[in-house]
Amino acid sequence: MAAIEIKDIIKKENLVYGKTKILTDNIMHYCPGCSHGVIHKIVAEVIEELGIQEKTIGVSPVGCSVLAYNYLDIDWQQAAHGRAPALATATKRLLPDHYVFTYQGDGDLASIGTAEILHACNRGENITVIFVNNAIYGMTGGQMAPTTLMGMATATSPYGREAALHGYPLKITELIAQLPGVAYVTRQSVQTPAAVRKAKKAIKKGFENQDKKIGTSFIEIVSTCSSGWKLSPVDSNRWMEEHMFKFYPLGDLKDSERNSEEEYKKYIE
Amino acid sequence: MGELKLMKGNEAIAEAAMRCGCDGYFGYPITPQSEIMETLMLAKPWETTGMVVLQAESEVASINMLYGGASCGKKVMTSSSSPGISLMLEGISYLAGAELPCLIVNVVRGGPGLGTIQPSQADYFQTTKGGGHGDYQVIALAPASVQEMNDFVGLGFDLAFKYRIPSLILTDGVIGQMMEKVIVAESKPRWTDAEIKKISGTWATTGKTKDRERHVITSLNLESEKQEIHNHHLQAKYREIEVNEVRFEEFQTKDAEYLYVAYGSSARICQKSVQLARAKGIKVGLLRPITVWPYPTVRLSELANQVKGMLAVEMSAGQMVYDVRLAANGKIPVSHFGRYGGVIPSPDEVLVAMEKFIKEGK
Ligand SMILES: Cc1ncc(C[n+]2csc(CCOP(=O)(O)OP(=O)(O)O)c2C)c(N)n1
Ligand code: SF4
Ligand SMILES: [Mg+2]
Repeated sequence: MAAIEIKDIIKKENLVYGKTKILTDNIMHYCPGCSHGVIHKIVAEVIEELGIQEKTIGVSPVGCSVLAYNYLDIDWQQAAHGRAPALATATKRLLPDHYVFTYQGDGDLASIGTAEILHACNRGENITVIFVNNAIYGMTGGQMAPTTLMGMATATSPYGREAALHGYPLKITELIAQLPGVAYVTRQSVQTPAAVRKAKKAIKKGFENQDKKIGTSFIEIVSTCSSGWKLSPVDSNRWMEEHMFKFYPLGDLKDSERNSEEEYKKYIE
Repeated sequence: MGELKLMKGNEAIAEAAMRCGCDGYFGYPITPQSEIMETLMLAKPWETTGMVVLQAESEVASINMLYGGASCGKKVMTSSSSPGISLMLEGISYLAGAELPCLIVNVVRGGPGLGTIQPSQADYFQTTKGGGHGDYQVIALAPASVQEMNDFVGLGFDLAFKYRIPSLILTDGVIGQMMEKVIVAESKPRWTDAEIKKISGTWATTGKTKDRERHVITSLNLESEKQEIHNHHLQAKYREIEVNEVRFEEFQTKDAEYLYVAYGSSARICQKSVQLARAKGIKVGLLRPITVWPYPTVRLSELANQVKGMLAVEMSAGQMVYDVRLAANGKIPVSHFGRYGGVIPSPDEVLVAMEKFIKEGK
């Protein structure tokens, strides 16, 4: 038997996985073990699979993912800290046949931008929100976030978060799920291949909902920030599973029955 | 020619927006300008021109909605009054940094703080000297009549798109609330997708097609050398605007020995005061800046060779007067007269101030 050479293996019919063309070749600035990179990849794959590159507009936040526009080959708007949902609101209303999404961290979405996200969701804007909750301010060097867990030490809660000094961690996703304008709310993660597949399915559904015009789709991804948490990538995942999932349980919080604009209108009435 | 109508200044803004093919209005109620959004909501332009009108949750949201809409190459506007504009300043700086065209209307009220709902011109510094962070300018038009409220909506958008810069209409509760005759413009349709592609196709976020690179609207540059280059570009644009877009009006300046310098409603008061002065044999004229940025510095410094003194009249504690002083550059005395906190001066009061200025040089 002749020896199999590498060039015999690299053939189209043997290809089982490829990098989506929506991801650019720019080297990502994210730290090892950071969830942002994986989340970018699955958002990009969804855009490719749905064939909506030409009609998608992303709104990037202020936070570690401010430069998301370097990595996904679509049109982007870079918003002021917390204001992405306001940009997305106007963009979607002015270009209703486009797919508009915001990509926001927990400081961006649940602290400085609380008003914008709540009101965009309450108006039922037909947008998709990707909410990357790593319970910390990654970009500015690991300060306390609204989602930081009780007892968790950060640069601005060095002795651990305590209620009297810092208040309680904010379950903004649970709040959002209460709003009638919101069609779909789910909480996912990306630390294992199985989790990545589920998160990707959720993101895809969020984009598909824009076709149905049934209100906002909100996808939280419980994430790691290995640098901010001062843990190795492996330990970060472990810590997330042990601590974050307890307070932020995974799964759908809301999947409205409505399937069309008509049903949505009826629901609102 | 368009129709003749009797309208409030605020209504004229709304009417002009619908007629000039505006794509979107985003605002938050505040006195004395709420009629702008009220007029639009009553008219329901989304059923006729397709214009989007949305009451936002705050001025912070409104200005960021403008950022989103303007990023798509759409003609978008907001309006507010002083406290609301203060909230918008971060957004205005972002719009300027990302070079986005849009229209902002400030119907100024007396401050500081919650202040008063009465008219004021105390937002001149905020408008012309930055307000928000960073080295930036907005084109600022100061209407002195309801007709100009109407006209400057279209003009504001034209300039905004010509230079990719935010335009701002700096007006006050007097002009916003008073009723005058207005010739309204013929209605223009909103831009089609093809027109937007022609006008803003090199940068607008309309979806990345195969024939072009992706478009990114951002004001961020992590490398300071690049950010300096971007600033050079902005400054060059501002110098160009200073050369091309200065607008002003003169009233009885030919033989004037003294000059009022006033914009907006103060200019209307000064115009009357010029007549009163002339009746007394005092040769007074008026220069009314129509653009407060770019400022009519060149013309004022010429006039500084002719007149014996300039009195800046403003409904503020003295803000524009600094620009008059810079233009006069020490050649002649320059002084300020103002009533503020919501008080409107009378033409007689202004004349008394001028007579005192002539006598005492201050
Ligand atoms: C108005 C304003 N305030 C503060 C900041 C500084 N800032 C930049 S990013 C950030 C927090 C980002 O945290 P998060 O949204 O959780 O994103 P992450 O980096 O963790 O992904 C802050 C406070 C800013 N850019 N603008
Ligand atoms: S600081 Fe945290 S969120 Fe930012 S790139 Fe590093 S790991 Fe990711
Ligand atoms: Mg974070």
